[in-house]
Amino acid sequence: MTLSDSIVRWRYRLVPDHLLGEILTKRWVDNAIPLLILACVMAVFGSLIPDFFGAASVSNLMRQWGEFGLIVMALTIVMVAGGIDLSVGSIFALGNIVALTLMHVAELPVPLVVLFTMACGAAVGLVNGLLVGFLRLRAFLTTLVTLIIVRAVVDMILLKYAVAIAAVFPDSDFWFFFGEGYVLGLPFSVVLTIGVAIVLHLVLSRTRAGWHVLAVGGSRRSAHNVGIPVRRVICATYVVSGTLAALAGVLFASRLGAAGADIGIGLEIAALTAAVLGGNSLGGGRGSAAKAVIGSVTVMIMVNSLVRIGITSGGSSLLLGLVLLGAVMIDVRWLKNRQKFLSKVYVSPTYSALPAAPATDGASPYALNDRLRPVEAIGLDRIDGPEDVILDANDNIYVGNRTGDIVRFLAPDYDQQEVFAHVGGRPLGMAFARDGSLVVCIGGMGLYRVTMDREIQKLTDETNRSWFSVIDDSRLRLADDLDIAPDGRVFFSEATVRYEMHEWPVDCLESRGNGRIICFDPNTGTTRTVLKNLVFPNGICMVHDGQSFLFAETWACRVSRYWFDGPKKGTVETVIGDLPGYPDNINRASDGTYWLALVGIRTPALDLALKMPGFRRRMARRVAPDEWLFPNINTGCVLRFDESGRVIETLWDRSGDNHPMITSMREHKGHLYIGGILNNRVGRLKLDGVDETWTAKRSYWGQS
Amino acid sequence: MSSMGRLSQEQIVFGLALLLCAGFALALPGFLTTNNVLNLVRSVSILGILGVAMGLVVIGRGIDLSLVALMAISVAWTLNLIGGGMPIAQAMLIGLAFSLIVGAINGWLVAYAEIPAIFATLAMGTLIYGFGRYFLFSLDVAYMPERANSLLWLGQGTLLGVPVPIFIFAAVCLAGYLFLRYAKSGRYVRAVGDNILAARITGIPVRPIVVQQYVMSALIGYLAGIVTAASVASMNTRLALSTYVYDVILVVVLGGIGLSGGKGGIRNVIVGTLLIGILLNGMTIMDIQYTVQNVVKGALLLTAIVIDTIVNPRDEQTAQQGDI
Repeated sequence: MTLSDSIVRWRYRLVPDHLLGEILTKRWVDNAIPLLILACVMAVFGSLIPDFFGAASVSNLMRQWGEFGLIVMALTIVMVAGGIDLSVGSIFALGNIVALTLMHVAELPVPLVVLFTMACGAAVGLVNGLLVGFLRLRAFLTTLVTLIIVRAVVDMILLKYAVAIAAVFPDSDFWFFFGEGYVLGLPFSVVLTIGVAIVLHLVLSRTRAGWHVLAVGGSRRSAHNVGIPVRRVICATYVVSGTLAALAGVLFASRLGAAGADIGIGLEIAALTAAVLGGNSLGGGRGSAAKAVIGSVTVMIMVNSLVRIGITSGGSSLLLGLVLLGAVMIDVRWLKNRQKFLSKVYVSPTYSALPAAPATDGASPYALNDRLRPVEAIGLDRIDGPEDVILDANDNIYVGNRTGDIVRFLAPDYDQQEVFAHVGGRPLGMAFARDGSLVVCIGGMGLYRVTMDREIQKLTDETNRSWFSVIDDSRLRLADDLDIAPDGRVFFSEATVRYEMHEWPVDCLESRGNGRIICFDPNTGTTRTVLKNLVFPNGICMVHDGQSFLFAETWACRVSRYWFDGPKKGTVETVIGDLPGYPDNINRASDGTYWLALVGIRTPALDLALKMPGFRRRMARRVAPDEWLFPNINTGCVLRFDESGRVIETLWDRSGDNHPMITSMREHKGHLYIGGILNNRVGRLKLDGVDETWTAKRSYWGQS
Repeated sequence: MSSMGRLSQEQIVFGLALLLCAGFALALPGFLTTNNVLNLVRSVSILGILGVAMGLVVIGRGIDLSLVALMAISVAWTLNLIGGGMPIAQAMLIGLAFSLIVGAINGWLVAYAEIPAIFATLAMGTLIYGFGRYFLFSLDVAYMPERANSLLWLGQGTLLGVPVPIFIFAAVCLAGYLFLRYAKSGRYVRAVGDNILAARITGIPVRPIVVQQYVMSALIGYLAGIVTAASVASMNTRLALSTYVYDVILVVVLGGIGLSGGKGGIRNVIVGTLLIGILLNGMTIMDIQYTVQNVVKGALLLTAIVIDTIVNPRDEQTAQQGDI
């Protein structure tokens, strides 16, 4: 290995490129960026302003946040449903003046004051809701107009009662508790707002009503089509928004008791900035209480700190405008390009140097021949992608089908076929258990069992989650092949944890150890991962000693042996390390050796490319997937090897027209049955000089 | 629309304006005096000039909420520069350049950054006001310096007995009409407003056209600002925070230019201007409280939007998700 190769190898071993794509698939990324901004804002102003984290400063900030947070949440609810409510600032002012008037002038009891004020807010919200929800006006303009009207109403009340309000001082501790009281050491308004945030979070994430709101925001037309009362839901969001904004007004009234003319002016811009900065999308469908809280805290700190630094109001509206534009721009761009960006960066190749490919001519055991020419086709064009083939005691053939069925061809002539079981997913590797039931790996679903009575049972669809894996690797994405130990334990391979079934060839471009082998123990019902970081583990086959199994790693062109019991328990040994192609399923042969299918043959170009991860990454980013350099999976062969790794014979279809695409083979009563995941037939080849009564099932499980 | 017979919104509004005019003339003693009519027409012409600016943008399926803020700040800066001793022409050029640049930024935000127009311009309005107050001047009101009294003619002078602003309004209307009717880019504006995807497919440079819309709106807005400043010999930057821009939208929507774009023309602006001008003037003469006027205007605008929504229903198939 040259020095530059070593550098590349270590660079890709040490830098976990694949994490970027995995992190981007996570939903919490949406919150991570706003949180980062919050941390930056805190750091900047914390260092600029002395005593920023002092008790008085924090307490003052928190009280203001209580009111502001409520307003941002009011706006968030509407935004999540795809609307916008600019009138929150005016409703806040209305809440303030109504509460003050009722308290100071009308001298109503406190609960009534709160109730009336909130009803006022709800009424304005209802007007908004009727106009936007039922009459389907444009939310932005409509709420702008209600903003103006409500503001005018506030001014009218102000003209009439301002003097009276200032003259009276209400005598109620309960009233002042709203603005100045403490609960558990926290200001009351903060506790209230946090409570509202928790309720909002639970509603949005856990209840039918919240899901309706999110659905309407996500796609109004689809929500309508599934029967959600779209107009009512939208109307309701405005009512809730108005109520919350008025509640914030009550808190403000109790805290300051002031009836000023400029209360709540420009508040909608600040609230909007907060909501968008927190990561709530304009246009709906994406938003949460947590985002509202993060955004409101950030904006609160910014605006307050500017005042404390001594920057005039012009400065703060300049900053708010800038932040708002920036946040919206990022939001629009992020939503539009996230998937595009993700698909570009998700494929993350790593360095993989394969040993030199052995020759396939002359005296090589891999020498080309035409021994697959006499293969007969079973079910030609009546089956799509039989990845694995298995035969029962009555010689019937079972194969998986791309349509999610397990198809049975009936002996003796295999002309007739029937759907043995519809399992869904993509049936891949199969094995018979001791009791005669068929255990199947189903891509996209997990490990299943189909009894001979055609009853489908789930064995497992999850395993233990890795501690430091970013993507959730507890789910089984691509269970591939299995074999069953004599004690009943099922060992099965999961080819890759990073790609779904339909993208499995893309995993080759990465050639990282994305796969694993998992053990399901039917005695305890537990599933756990036994081997990790394998390069597309594929075929699995028990060795005759009952303590170990052979497994093939497709993109590593390697067959290894793993001991799960006995003195060598836990060790892995390479059996064949330099195959000329990509190994797939392994099965036992009648003479104690093993059959191995090569799904495709290596090409020098791809072998070279595997040593050049940078090249493959550029390819994945810049070239359309159709044009990518993929492994050859059209031409394969079947070979037979023994436990020591000696290759005994190879069966080729040299002309490539009879049965070139091979992923599995099964010996049964003197014949070899061949399947291929991209093939449209099951092949059947007469073997010479083998035990014509031998069946894999009987030889393994005994006469039963 | 069928219930309204063959009358278009424009004709209905025109009729309403005449009715209102007649009603006020009968009911309000001071309404039809020469002085009042001149005052009415003068104040209306500024609204009308702004209406043409807004109309051009709305026809292109946009909206410019920063129009008034930009006008106030750029003109106030110009006045301050003149007050600081700069030659009048140079100061006006600088103010105009500022206005055009901000207009171009508006257009860029809408066309290239793909921020919804209503949102981008709302945020820009706040931003411009903040920028002006923080960097350009510190007083709310910028007064026209003695030196620049020659400018006053634009707002207060008369030509053949008719106030100059009327001529300016007429000139802007004529220019706008010619632009929309005969200029290639003017026709493109209408095409973009009617169906932006189809416009893109036919090869119209959609994004530059959108930018051009906002630059033109800024240009006309600056002109309106100069006329405003000349009329009252000052520019109150508080105008940027007022609801004046909604009066402009009221003019446009009421006149019959649909907010979904592609419909209407300069004539609609003129008709809308007449109605609003008469209404505002009448309410002022009746000494209706300013806040009540706001409520009336708001209710009127709301009604106009409701009618607009009913007459020009939004197409659910082409309306984009998040089109707020």
